[in-house]
Formats: sequence, C-alpha cells, structure tokens
Amino acid sequence: MVAVAGVDLVIDEGEFFTLLGPSGSGKTTLLRMIAGFERPDAGRIELGGRDVTSLPPHLRNTNTVFQDYALFPHMSVADNIGYGLRIKGVPSTERRRRVERALQMVRLTGLGQRRPNQLSGGQRQRVALARAAINEPEVLLLDEPLGALDLKLRQEMQIELKQIQKEVGITFIYVTHDQEEALTMSDRVAVMSNGLIEQIGTPVDVYERPATEFVAGFIGISNVLVRDGVRFVVRPEKIRMLADSEVPEPGAHVEPGTVEEVVYVGMSTRYVVRLDRGEQLVAVRQNMDAAGDAQRFQGRPVRLAWTADHTYVLD
Amino acid sequence: MAAEAVRRPRPKGGGAVPFRALLWRFPWLRPVLLLTPPMAWFVLVYFASLVLLLITAFWSIDPFTTQIVQVWNTNNFRIILTEPTYRAIIGRTVGLAALVTVTDAALAFPFAYYMAKVASRRTQTLLFAAILLPLWASYLARVYAWILILNHSGVLNWSLQSIGLPAANIGYTNTAMWVVFSYIWLPFMIIPTYAALERVPDSLLEAAADLGARRWRTLRDVVLPLAIPGVVAGSIFTFSLTLGDYITPILVGGADSTFIGNVVYSNIGIANNVPFAAALAIVPVVIMAAYLLIAKRLGAFEAL
Repeated sequence: MVAVAGVDLVIDEGEFFTLLGPSGSGKTTLLRMIAGFERPDAGRIELGGRDVTSLPPHLRNTNTVFQDYALFPHMSVADNIGYGLRIKGVPSTERRRRVERALQMVRLTGLGQRRPNQLSGGQRQRVALARAAINEPEVLLLDEPLGALDLKLRQEMQIELKQIQKEVGITFIYVTHDQEEALTMSDRVAVMSNGLIEQIGTPVDVYERPATEFVAGFIGISNVLVRDGVRFVVRPEKIRMLADSEVPEPGAHVEPGTVEEVVYVGMSTRYVVRLDRGEQLVAVRQNMDAAGDAQRFQGRPVRLAWTADHTYVLD
Repeated sequence: MAAEAVRRPRPKGGGAVPFRALLWRFPWLRPVLLLTPPMAWFVLVYFASLVLLLITAFWSIDPFTTQIVQVWNTNNFRIILTEPTYRAIIGRTVGLAALVTVTDAALAFPFAYYMAKVASRRTQTLLFAAILLPLWASYLARVYAWILILNHSGVLNWSLQSIGLPAANIGYTNTAMWVVFSYIWLPFMIIPTYAALERVPDSLLEAAADLGARRWRTLRDVVLPLAIPGVVAGSIFTFSLTLGDYITPILVGGADSTFIGNVVYSNIGIANNVPFAAALAIVPVVIMAAYLLIAKRLGAFEAL
C-alpha cells in the first residue's frame, strides 16, 4: 500500500504550512518522512537546498513536536527542553540561560524543575514545543500537537502557537485533521486525501475556491449542485433565505424549497433545505436577533438565493 | 394464607438483599470480608512461622543430649558473624547471587530490547515460548542437563577438544554454579525487563533521535533509565532465588561451594541444631529485606 504518492511540494522559509486531511490521508507519513523517521521509496526531500533524503533524523536540522508530546518522563522539564542542546555539547551555563528563555517563551517560567507528569496537558504541550524550538531548527514539524487538548485550550494554543511562530521566524509544518485549525493558523494549506495532495493554497483559496469536490467537502459544509451540466459549490453562509415578500438582488439565482430541519448552533442557525428540484442544501444565518423564533421555519416553504460570484465550479 | 405468601413477589436477589444493603451502608465491610481469609493465612502460616524462626534463633541446644534449650542467648549469631567458615559461606552465597544477577541483567537486556522494540509480533511470540518453555521442565532435569554439559567428559570439553582447544575443567566448581544459576534464573530477568521496555513508547526513541541523539546516546539517556525499574524487579527474583538455593550447590558445586541453604539443611537434618539453622536462615531474610527496600526506592514495584 502506498501512503503518500506524487507529492510535489515547495515550502517557503518562515512559512506556517499546514498539511490538512482526514486520518489515513498520508499527512503524518509525509511529516515523518521530512523528519527522517520514515524513508520514501522514491523521490527526494531537500532542506534549504540540501538533499536529506538518506539522512537519519539526528543529522537533519528539523525538530518535531509529537502528537503524544513524547516528553522524557524521567527528566525534569528543564532537562527535557535542554536535551537537544546537551547533545550538541552546548555548555551548561549557556544551556541554562537558553532553557530559561524557552520556558519564558512558552509561559512556563518557574516550572523547570517539575517532572512532565506533574504538568497539565496544555503545559506538557508547551514543553514539547519549547524542547523542539530551542534548537532553532530550519523546520519545526508539528504532528497534531493540539489534538489531545479540549476545545477552549486548543483555541488558546492556536493563537499562541501562531504568535510563537512569528516571534521565532522558524518554518512550521503543521499536521492536522481540524479544518478550522488549518484555516486560522496557516499561511498556506495543503489538503490531502488518500496520499495525494488535492489542493495547495492560502486558507482563503482552499475555502473560497476549492479545486476539487473533496476539498469543498472537507473544509466547511459545502453544497454541491449541478445546473445546466455544471457542477459547482455554494457555501452555506453565501445562501440567502428570502423573506416571504423579499425581492432578490438583481442577478441572483433563486430556487424554492422546503425547510426540513432547523439546527440552533449558538452563533448561527443552520437550515437544512430540500430544494423542489430534489437536492439538499444547507444555509446558515447569523443569529443577529434572538433566534428563538427560528424553529417556526420548520417545514415551511422558502426561497433560497445566491449569486454567481459566490459559486465555485468544480472540474 | 400459605399460598398467598408463596405468590408474593420476592425481592430481587432473595435473601442477599439485606446483606448487600449492609455492604452498601458500610463500604469498609467489603474489603474487610475480602481480605480476611488471605490475611489470616498470611498471618498464621507465614508470619507466625517467621516469628517462630526468629525466636528459635535465640535458643540453643544441649551439646550432649541435642535437646533444645529454651534460654535466650545470642551465641548462634555470634558464631555466624565471627566464625570465618560461616562468614565465607555467607559471602559466597551473597557474592554469587550478586554475580548471577549482574550476569542475567547483562544477558537479558539486549534480549528483552530485541523482543520489545525490534522483533515482529510473530518473532516475539516465538521468543516468549523459547523463554517460558524451559520453565515447564523440572528444575532438577535442567540442572542435571548442565552436569552432562560441564563435567569432565561432557559436551563442553568434547566440543573444545574437537576443535583442538584444551579442556575447561569447570564441572563441580563455583564457576559451574555461576553458569547454571545464570541459566536457570534468566527468564525471571528477561520478563520484567521486557515489560519495562515494552512500556517505553517508540515516540520517546524518535524524540531522542529527533533532538540529535545517536542510537547509543538514546540507549544511555532514555532507554536504560526507563528500563531500570524492570531490571531491578528482575534482580529481586534472580538474587533471592540464588540466595535461597541449596540444590544446585549440591549437584554442580564442588568442595568449596557450600551455600547458606546447605548449612541450614545439614543443621536441621544431620547436626540436629535447629536453633543454629534458624539463626542462619535469618541472614538471607535480612539481606532480602534490605534489598527490597532499595528496590522499592528504585521503583521496581511499579514495573512488576
């Protein structure tokens, strides 16, 4: 079985690059190849112009933040963070100074003497980040580093990670299956599926102009329709539900349907609409006013409107 | 009236309900009930006999009648600690137990590492079988097998001579005991070491490599420290099993191979000096108690 194939990828220096895909899409395998834990059967991996394809991990100028953090349980937090420097033979006074600075960077000052098992999940995550970043690698590889954290902490860490990346200016290659995480943090995203890269682009590119149906479906909710032999995508937030007497804006495409389901999701309300022509569409409306009356749409006929410049044609 | 009583719905679980309710109301009752039989057994059979041993050690025998004289004295211990013969025996027993432990640790570590981190599932199973199968054979049979290998005209010398090397006369010596003990207790070292290594996630090894450590450095900095509790756990077996053995010294040892156990045995059977045997038997108990204390410090009990 081939985990990754036909990947042709150039990542710029200082870029926050994300490999996004469902589990089994080959994104972790690709990351492990860059780190040197796995060897590609064919192809080349270059780091700053140098061919590293056949180099073992300890000779590559990359560092990894592991999904399970992989902190050494028998070492203190400071010893964990300083391990890479110790291997390199950095003298202990300088090592201590740099460890102190790294602890400061990840906001763990004063916790250097703790053992990893005395830290919370979020703190451990930051130790793992500090341990990798302190070596100032050419590329920092992050394998679903926030996967084990709860939502709130994950969102905080997303912002923090992005800030740290800007601060240290190291190239980040970040693996995740969380599309929101990919969109909020990355400079560019590669969407992967079945070992292939489906699309590479900025978050706006992959969301607003998905190249394939897979990308459209994986990132956000997407409505795929066929009209006049053309397959295209309309994002739920681009669909207007017209009030009974409302006149659609000029040029808008209008189709009638029936609301099948109303889902209240806090910030917005999601309407699942069965078009009279048969397809199901999802439309989203911000809950500008109290949305308590949204349920009244249940089972009612509605008209949906969207404009051509909000649709993206799939090949 | 009687028929009605029969037909009345009975509470679930019948008569057990009041008892269960009792357990629910007094949660401490459950562990007390569960622990009473084994604790009783432990206290009566094991602890009581240990206390008896301790008491007997402070008695002596009448040299003429060989009757036990129940008068408190510390003569037995004085003899054990001052008489060079006994000191030599204790030293030999403890020294060989330590040597066997070190040997087994050195042999078991690479084996256990291969099993835990390198071998495929299939090979792992085969190796497990290879380690555990000898334990099915009688201890005596395995020691006798070594006699056939090590004695003067045994397999070892036959092999050595057939390739033109001089004979190695290690049959019936302390070297033979060292070899046999190391062989017999090896599985007891491999298994806890394997268990400790198995629990070291591969990602830790990858992390070390990722941070620049070569294979040996990773072994020294990450694998060994995390395997130590397992090795110490194994050493409890190899050390105590050697310390208490008295059969292998009889079978493969020579004139200079007497163990503590052999002296205890001869003082019970031949010399009929039970108090002295008791005093001597206390020695390995004390040594093991100290050893277990150190082992606990090193985290061996979490590795079992």
